[in-house]
Amino acid sequence: MTQIDFTINDEKKTVTAPPMKRLLDVLREDLHLTGAKEGCGEGECGSCSVLMNGELVNSCLVPILQAEGAHITTIEGVAALTTQGEKLHPIQQCFLEKGGAQCGICTPGMILATHHLLDKYPHPSLEQIQEGLAGNLCRCTGYMRIFDAVQQAAATPTPP
Amino acid sequence: MPEPGPIVGTSPIRKEGLAKVTGRAQYVDDITLPGMWYGATVRSTIARGRITSITFDPDLDWSQFTIVTAADIPGENCIVHLTKDHPCLAAEFINHPAEPILLLAHPDKSALIAAVEAVHITYEELPGVFTIEDSEVGAAGDESKIVWDHPGHGGSANTFKTFLMQKGDEPLPDAELEKIFAAADYVVEGEYRTGAQEQLYIENNGVIAEAFRAPDGSLDSVTVSGSMQCPYYLVHALELVFNLPAEKCRVIQTETGGAFGGKEDFPSVNGSHAALLAMKSGHPVKLCYDRAEDLIATTKRHPSRTRHRTAVSRDGKLLAGTIDVALDGGAYATLSAVVLSRATIHAPGPYHWPHLTVRAKAMATNIAPHGAFRGFGAPQSLFALERHMDKIAHTIGLSPEEFRRRNFLSTGMHTAAGQHLSDPVDMQHLLTRALRESNYHAKRAEFGRTNPTSTIKRGIGFAAFMHGSGFTGSGERRLNSLVKVELTAEGRPRILVSSTEFGQGTNTILSQVCAQTLRIPYDEVLVAQPDTAIVPNSGPTVASRTAMIVGKLVERASESMLATLAPYLANRAGIADFDYSAACEVPADYTLADFKRAARAYLAQHGTLVAEARYEAPGNIFWDDDQYKGDAYPTYAWAVYVAEVTVDTTTYIAEVKDFYALQEVGKVIHPVLAKGQIEGGVAQGIGYALYEKCVYVDGLMRNNQMTNYIMPTSADLPPIHVYFEETPSIHGPSGAKGIGELPMDGPAPAILNAIEHATGTSFTEIPLLPEDIFERMTRTPNSGSEDLNATDLDTRTETEVPA
Repeated sequence: MTQIDFTINDEKKTVTAPPMKRLLDVLREDLHLTGAKEGCGEGECGSCSVLMNGELVNSCLVPILQAEGAHITTIEGVAALTTQGEKLHPIQQCFLEKGGAQCGICTPGMILATHHLLDKYPHPSLEQIQEGLAGNLCRCTGYMRIFDAVQQAAATPTPP
Repeated sequence: MPEPGPIVGTSPIRKEGLAKVTGRAQYVDDITLPGMWYGATVRSTIARGRITSITFDPDLDWSQFTIVTAADIPGENCIVHLTKDHPCLAAEFINHPAEPILLLAHPDKSALIAAVEAVHITYEELPGVFTIEDSEVGAAGDESKIVWDHPGHGGSANTFKTFLMQKGDEPLPDAELEKIFAAADYVVEGEYRTGAQEQLYIENNGVIAEAFRAPDGSLDSVTVSGSMQCPYYLVHALELVFNLPAEKCRVIQTETGGAFGGKEDFPSVNGSHAALLAMKSGHPVKLCYDRAEDLIATTKRHPSRTRHRTAVSRDGKLLAGTIDVALDGGAYATLSAVVLSRATIHAPGPYHWPHLTVRAKAMATNIAPHGAFRGFGAPQSLFALERHMDKIAHTIGLSPEEFRRRNFLSTGMHTAAGQHLSDPVDMQHLLTRALRESNYHAKRAEFGRTNPTSTIKRGIGFAAFMHGSGFTGSGERRLNSLVKVELTAEGRPRILVSSTEFGQGTNTILSQVCAQTLRIPYDEVLVAQPDTAIVPNSGPTVASRTAMIVGKLVERASESMLATLAPYLANRAGIADFDYSAACEVPADYTLADFKRAARAYLAQHGTLVAEARYEAPGNIFWDDDQYKGDAYPTYAWAVYVAEVTVDTTTYIAEVKDFYALQEVGKVIHPVLAKGQIEGGVAQGIGYALYEKCVYVDGLMRNNQMTNYIMPTSADLPPIHVYFEETPSIHGPSGAKGIGELPMDGPAPAILNAIEHATGTSFTEIPLLPEDIFERMTRTPNSGSEDLNATDLDTRTETEVPA
C-alpha cells in the first residue's frame, strides 16, 4: 500500500492504496466520486476521462502512483458552488440546452474533454472539435448535438 | 377549450439532464448497498457439447464464496422470453460459447477473477453449427447438425420460427406465380447478407439483486435493480426462476447508459443470475459485466441472408416477387420469432407488389443468442430490398429514382401484408425533397464526370423505406398497457409508467404530453422511477412505441385527471359549499396556481387522485395471426435517406462524406430530442455498414474489445442533415408516430448504393470493410459482391424525372 497525496476538485486528499490501483477505482471506490464511468477499461471509450494537471486522461489507464501531487478535476468539480447554490459551467449548460446528453453515461467524460478542448482552442473549428472529442465515444447522439453544444459553449463568455 | 399550450413541439431541457451533466445520475455500478457482495459468471469454453465434470481448484478457500449451480434454482431452470428453451444455467448441455454454467459471489470483487479461473470444467465436445447454411443442413435432416429441437414451442428442428406472407386475399399458387416470372421481361435475382452488430451501449449490462426471507427461512421475495429497458420482462423471468408470484418479484430500473435493444431481453438473464446469488449468499449482490464479458455473452443483432427474385416489366413495373429471409438466431429462441416478424413485414418495403411471397425463417446456431437491437429485423430485410431495387434499376436501364417512382405505395393502396394505407403516404414527395436537399442530381452528374480521372471515387445513393410504429400485429392488444398519472400531495402530476428512459427521452416527452394536456408548465410534471412496486405495466420500452402508444395513454390519463378536477378548477373563488358533483366543463383558462389549488382541494376531500388509461385497440385495426395478414402496425414512419461517399482506390477505405435524412414521423414532440434520435441512429447505421464487424471463431466473438470492435468516433462521421415532415397520425399524442428505430433502417443500403455509384461495383454484404472492398476490387470476384452487367456505372447517365 502506498500513501498518495493529491488535489481533487481543489480539495487536498490523501489515500492509501495499492500503487497500481487505477485512478478510476480510487475516485469511485475510495473517494465516492462516481461521475467518471468505466466503459471499456482499456482507454478506448473515454467515459472515465478526468483532467490531470490540465491534461485529459483516461483514469482507467492511470495507476494511482502517478497521481502523487497531481491536480485532478472530475465532473463533480466542474460546476461552481456559489452562495446562491450550484452554478453550472457554460459547457454543462450548453450540453443541457443543445441535447448533448442523451443516456448520459459518456457525458461526464465528454464535458471534461470539451473543457480540455476549449482550454486549448477557445474558438475551435468543427474539425478541431471532431478531433478533440475523438477519444470519447458516444453511442446515442451521433455527436451532432454535442458539436452544437461545444460551439455554443465556445461562444459563451467563460465564468470568472 | 383553449388551444393546448405550446409545450409539445418545443424543446424543454430533458428531465434528468441536470443529473447527467453534473455526474450525479446514479447508474447501477455507482450504487453500493450495505453488506453488498459481487458476482461473477463461470462460462463454457466450448460451443457445443456435454459437461462431464466440474472441479474446484483445492488451492482456493471456497468456503469464502457463494457458488450457485442449476441445482440451486428454486423454480424452473429457464429464462422465459417467448418459449422455454433457454436454461438459466447450463446443467448438462452446452449450446454456445460463453454459456453460463456457475455463478460465484464474494465480498471482494478482486477475488472473483482468480476464482472464475479456478473452476475447472471438462466437456465431451460436439462439432458446432455456426452458419445459417449449416443450420439448414440440420433442418433438412442431418442429425449431427441438429442443435435445437423444441417443436413444442412452435418451431421445428433448428428452426425457431417460420412465416409465410403472401400478397392478396387469394394468393397465387406457386405454379401461377411462376407463369408471371416466365412471361416477365426481366427476372432479377440477388442475395444479400448482413452481419451481427453489437449494441455497444457505453454502460455494460449490470444489476444489483436482493433476496428476502420469510420468518420461517423460506424465500419470500426478490428485488432486482439495474440497467434495463423492460422491468416487467424481468418480473416475468424471475417468477419462473424463483417460483414466486409476480408481486414478490420487484424490479427497479436505475439510470441506464444506453440500451438500443441490448437491455430488452438480456436483463432477464443477468437479473436472474444476480438474484440467485443474493438468495444463496444472503447478501445484496452486484453483477456488472466488464466490456469483454458483455461482448461475448450478451445479445447482438441477428445476422441475415435475404434472397430476392423479382419479375419486372420493360416499363419498370414490379410484377411479382419472392423474398426468402433467413436470420441466424443463435442458440436459443429469445425474441427471434418477433424479430423475424418485423423483418418479414418490412421486407417488401414501401412498394406496391401485385404478387409477392415472403418466406422467412429464424435458424438456430451455436452462437450466443441474438436478440433485440434497434430496428429489430427491419434493417436486415430493408438492406436487402434497397440494394435489390438499385440492382433492378440498373438491369432494366432505369435510374434508381425512376424505377422506385414507378412502384411506390401511396395513400389508399395495400401493403403486401394487406394493410390498407388510409393515412396519407407520399413517398414521391419525400423522394423529391430528399434528392433536392442533398443536391443529388447535380452530384450524381458531377461524380460521373470526375471519377474516371480520380483515385478517390465519389458516389451518391439513397434508400427509401418505412418503419412500423408499435408492436407488430396483435402485439399491442396483448400487451394491454396501463398508464397512471397521480397527484402528489403538493398538487403536482406524477406519471407512473414502466416505460424507461435510456437516453431516448421517455421522461421528457411523456412529461411534455402530460403538461400540455393539463395545461400547466412542463417543469411541474414529475416522472416516477420505474419500480414495479409502484408503476403499472405500460409495456416494454421497445418497438418505437413509447411516444406513440404510451404517449397517447399519458394524454388520455391526463385528460381523465383534468375532467376529474374540472369542478375544482371551476370553483376558482373557493366557494365553501360548492357543488363538486355537478357536471362541469374545464374552465377556458386557469393558472398554475388555480391548478394547484384545485388539486389540493380535491386531495383534501378524496385523499388521492390517480387517473388511468388502458390501451384500446382502434376499432378499424385488425391483424390475423393465422393468415399473417392485416394491419401490421397502427401506422408507419416513412423516409428517404441519401448518402454521399468516397472510396479511396489506394487504401480502399470507404467514407461517408455527407448524409441527408428526411422522414415523415407525424407530430415531432421535441425537435432537439428527435434530431438526436435520428442522428444517433444514422451513426449506428453508418457503423453497421462500414465499421462494425463481430469476428466469430467457432462461435465465439473474438474481437470482444472496443479496441477492435470499431464504432464511429466524432472524427468519423459526416454532417448529418435531418429533415422532418409532420403529417399527424390519430394514433399518437398530438399526432406523433414512433421514430426510435427508423434511422437504423436506411443508412446501410443508401451507403452501399452510393459505393456502387462510386466504384461501379455492387457490394451485397455488410459490414463492408476496406479489406472487403480491396478483395473485391482487386482479386476474387466472388466475395460478398457480384458483377454487374456491362453497364459502365461511371459514365452512366441518370434518367431525369419531369418535375
